[in-house]
Amino acid sequence: MTSTVEDRRAETRGTAAAIGRRARARSAYPYWFYLPAAIVYGVLFIVPTFASFYFSLTRWTIFDYKFIGLDNFIQFFQEPALVKGFTNTIIYAVVTSGLKVVLGLLLAVLLTSRIVARGYLRSVVFFPVLVSTIGVGITFTVLMNPQHGLINRWLAVVGVDGPAWLTDPSYALLSVALVAVWKGVGLATIIYIAGIVSIPQDYFEAARVDGASSFQSFRHIVLPLARPATVTVVILSLIGGLRSFDLVWSMTRGGPGFTSDVIASVIYKQYQAGFYGLSTAGNVVLFLVVTAIVVPLFWFLSRREVEQ
Amino acid sequence: MKRRRSYGLSAVAILVSAVVFVVPFAFIAITAVMDTRQSAELQFSWPRHFHIVDNFVEVVTTRDYMLIIAFINSTILTVCSVTAMVVLAAMVAFVLQRRQSRWTGVVNFLVLSGLIIPPAVVPTIWVLQGLGLFRTMVGLILVEIAFGLSFSILLFRAFIATIPRELDEAAIIDGAGPLRLFFRVIFPLLRSVAITVVVVQSVVVFNDFTNPLYFLPGEQNATVQLTLYNFQSQYGTQYNLLFMNILLITIPPLVMFLFFNRQIVAGMTAGAIKG
Amino acid sequence: MHRRAALAVAAAGLLALGACSAGDLGSSDDGTTVSFLVDNEPSTVKNSEALAKAFNAKNPGIKVKVETRPQGGEGDNIVKTRLATGDMANVFAYNSGSLFQALKPEQNLVALDDQAYQSTIDQVFKTTVTSGGKVYGAPYGAAVGGGILYNKAVYSRLGLQVPKTWAEFMANNAKLKAAGVAPVVQTYQDTWTSQVIVLGDFHNVAAAQPDFADKFTKNQAKFATTPAALRSFQRLQEIHDAGYQNSDFASLKLEQGLKMLAEGGGAHFPILTFALATLAANNPDQVKDVGFFALPGDDADKFGLTVWEPGAFYIPKSTTGAKLDAAKKFVAFAVSKEGCDTIIKTTTPGGPFVIKGCTLPDNVPPAVKDMQPYFDSGANSPALEFLSPVKGPALEQITVEVGSGIRKAADGAALYDQDVKKQAQQLGLPGWS
Repeated sequence: MTSTVEDRRAETRGTAAAIGRRARARSAYPYWFYLPAAIVYGVLFIVPTFASFYFSLTRWTIFDYKFIGLDNFIQFFQEPALVKGFTNTIIYAVVTSGLKVVLGLLLAVLLTSRIVARGYLRSVVFFPVLVSTIGVGITFTVLMNPQHGLINRWLAVVGVDGPAWLTDPSYALLSVALVAVWKGVGLATIIYIAGIVSIPQDYFEAARVDGASSFQSFRHIVLPLARPATVTVVILSLIGGLRSFDLVWSMTRGGPGFTSDVIASVIYKQYQAGFYGLSTAGNVVLFLVVTAIVVPLFWFLSRREVEQ
Repeated sequence: MKRRRSYGLSAVAILVSAVVFVVPFAFIAITAVMDTRQSAELQFSWPRHFHIVDNFVEVVTTRDYMLIIAFINSTILTVCSVTAMVVLAAMVAFVLQRRQSRWTGVVNFLVLSGLIIPPAVVPTIWVLQGLGLFRTMVGLILVEIAFGLSFSILLFRAFIATIPRELDEAAIIDGAGPLRLFFRVIFPLLRSVAITVVVVQSVVVFNDFTNPLYFLPGEQNATVQLTLYNFQSQYGTQYNLLFMNILLITIPPLVMFLFFNRQIVAGMTAGAIKG
Repeated sequence: MHRRAALAVAAAGLLALGACSAGDLGSSDDGTTVSFLVDNEPSTVKNSEALAKAFNAKNPGIKVKVETRPQGGEGDNIVKTRLATGDMANVFAYNSGSLFQALKPEQNLVALDDQAYQSTIDQVFKTTVTSGGKVYGAPYGAAVGGGILYNKAVYSRLGLQVPKTWAEFMANNAKLKAAGVAPVVQTYQDTWTSQVIVLGDFHNVAAAQPDFADKFTKNQAKFATTPAALRSFQRLQEIHDAGYQNSDFASLKLEQGLKMLAEGGGAHFPILTFALATLAANNPDQVKDVGFFALPGDDADKFGLTVWEPGAFYIPKSTTGAKLDAAKKFVAFAVSKEGCDTIIKTTTPGGPFVIKGCTLPDNVPPAVKDMQPYFDSGANSPALEFLSPVKGPALEQITVEVGSGIRKAADGAALYDQDVKKQAQQLGLPGWS
């Protein structure tokens, strides 16, 4: 099988020069492939977003607006919960994406290896992704109840005194992060599975013939070849962690008090209070911060991919 | 040599999964069949009285069978938007990955921003009103497509990178134009990632509630997440009905996932033959 | 390949279906349909549907249809968005007071001062739906009080009297704690409930300083620097510092707190009397054990109730022609004696009505009866949000912090003063920039 590919490769190279000129004139990768997506995306996303960027420079009540320049941004940076919000956001993003990447990969390897009840395990791991955030939020708020919740009751059986997961200011954010990982790891796992599944079995056969242990085969075959999956999971979970707040909102509302507020929930509260110009300014700031973190990372990871 | 199945590892995995993943689900199921007063206690306890049928009936008939209407609406919305999203995103990802030009950086950036920037509701409504698509299912479908493109493009792009260019070149030599190259050669090879996108985006669109709330308001246009609001309020939440509702709206995505799970397994054996 | 084609056909078919959504099936109307948007609070929905039904029966040519929206901040956004995009229902129910002011009434709503029923409406209520000298709303439902629900059975068991001053209240709390009953129930998992002690104290603030609301609106008086107002925050801190809260105050939800009160595990619950409907639903046998008294101040002579005015019906300017007349007719019906009676029959009111001629029957819960004297004697004030459009959005978080001991009262009051600045500027009030 490999020989045929090599033959074709040689043949292709031979005719490549001849084709090259023709290919440039009429590319197999035409730009008009972008068109349908570009129209929908441009009209329904980019245009409104630019409009809202304009409104970040106004005091906007939805009914009318008054241009106030950068005042919204100044006010946003004077928000008392802001510093805490920024630190919380970074912590939350790092914890959730780190855990999702590592656990997702481990689970994917586990779920593509030879164990019993693989189908059941895959469904069970993915199930949390399907349940609505409200449901997950309420369920875990009950389970994490300091006095009556199951988690602390079971910990007590083993003799550990469980903390007040959601109502202790020092634990609240981390508890929500753990629940977020519970809910999201299934998605990371599924993306990794798709990646691992596309690695040709030959590589594994060859490694086994060479006497490699499973750990070595993991390190030298799975890890590098699952790279596109890894990059995707890292980028997606990092953006998600920096930007999303549904679970924080559903479980603690940023509480107790302000202690588990992340930037996104601060912005959402301003939006709920009707400060539309201010919250849009907050979104602009968040966008700049996330871009500053994610774009260099993305570029760095993609370059490594190309060189490979 | 036949590989031995690791039973020890399996046993551990099943036990841990039961504790970590099944217990919370059990709580939802138990609370869903309680009566209202006990559900207000929010304890993980065995129901004193079983109200499976009562709760089920009450949830379904609330507000003139809103749940059934919501299911129909959500299904139409999900199927249409995900189908379109997958095709459009794959096309973009294909050209994006294969053809590096000065536009690549710009497009990459636009795609990433789609993931980072939350949608601006009011300007989007104005755009839809201008196009005469506000308060229509078609308008909402287009909105869901627009918001879902970034994620899908990102995923497709990563996986098209694993398809060797030689296949493209071989097909081109055979005289394939771009459409045939894409739909006949490349797209079939993206099977496992396409399924992943379909599954994930279907879940996202099906579970979306802010977009239908703002862009397709009205009782007749309700989607499934909105039905949760029937049982949640500031002064009194009926947890048993709420969880019964959650249970009911989780079933279709679960069924769909179980179905597609087989497809992913099939994809895995296909990968074994590949090469 | 075949499967792909089949899928494509199916998708096309579904797209065509998508052009009409499920709700289009079977709707035709002769006569005028009036859409009525309300929040999804179960008692509100029941009342609205009962009113619609009664009205539709009396007026064959008109059909009022009820639609629901979420409550809280999300609901506020829906209402504002729909008004701004000209897409509001023909008539809608919404809060009065500061939230009403945020709707830009003169721009978006139809004035209702020419309506005959306005003469039967309580004068104080009217001020909460007035803008630029015109009245834009008609009251929906009963007023509620913000004070302390208490367990009468526990009180008689321990021989306690209803306190008239804060000192007496705290003395009762000490006795309750010694007897093993949680003196003050708090439910911080529902963050909005943490505000009741601070906001319910307003009558006492107004009694000590009558012009506070006015000066507050003009940025001439602040919570942190006005002793009477700062006292509200201090009361909250005192309860926490003395250990009078239930041990699980941080993780309890409203329904659980009500249950605790009804069953005697807790003795006092600072809450809005709107919650009585939930209490009656979950603990119907114990409703008779629950009474009510206003939040005591420092002066027994100035003891009185802080009142939350009911929400109101509003008609947006987008309703015109026949629908406008029909909508006005519906509102007139809802505030008539018949309308009040329909509401009384459907749900438990949490207080008296603000319409002359609408009286409460005798079978209301004891807690509601306990509120009547405050209205009869005039010992009541509307809450601050009805006298001033300025209300900061972060109050509930601040009060959770003060009530949990995370922040001191003085600090909390100062933080709130900073918070209200945003709202005042958003409203364009003079004196704040």
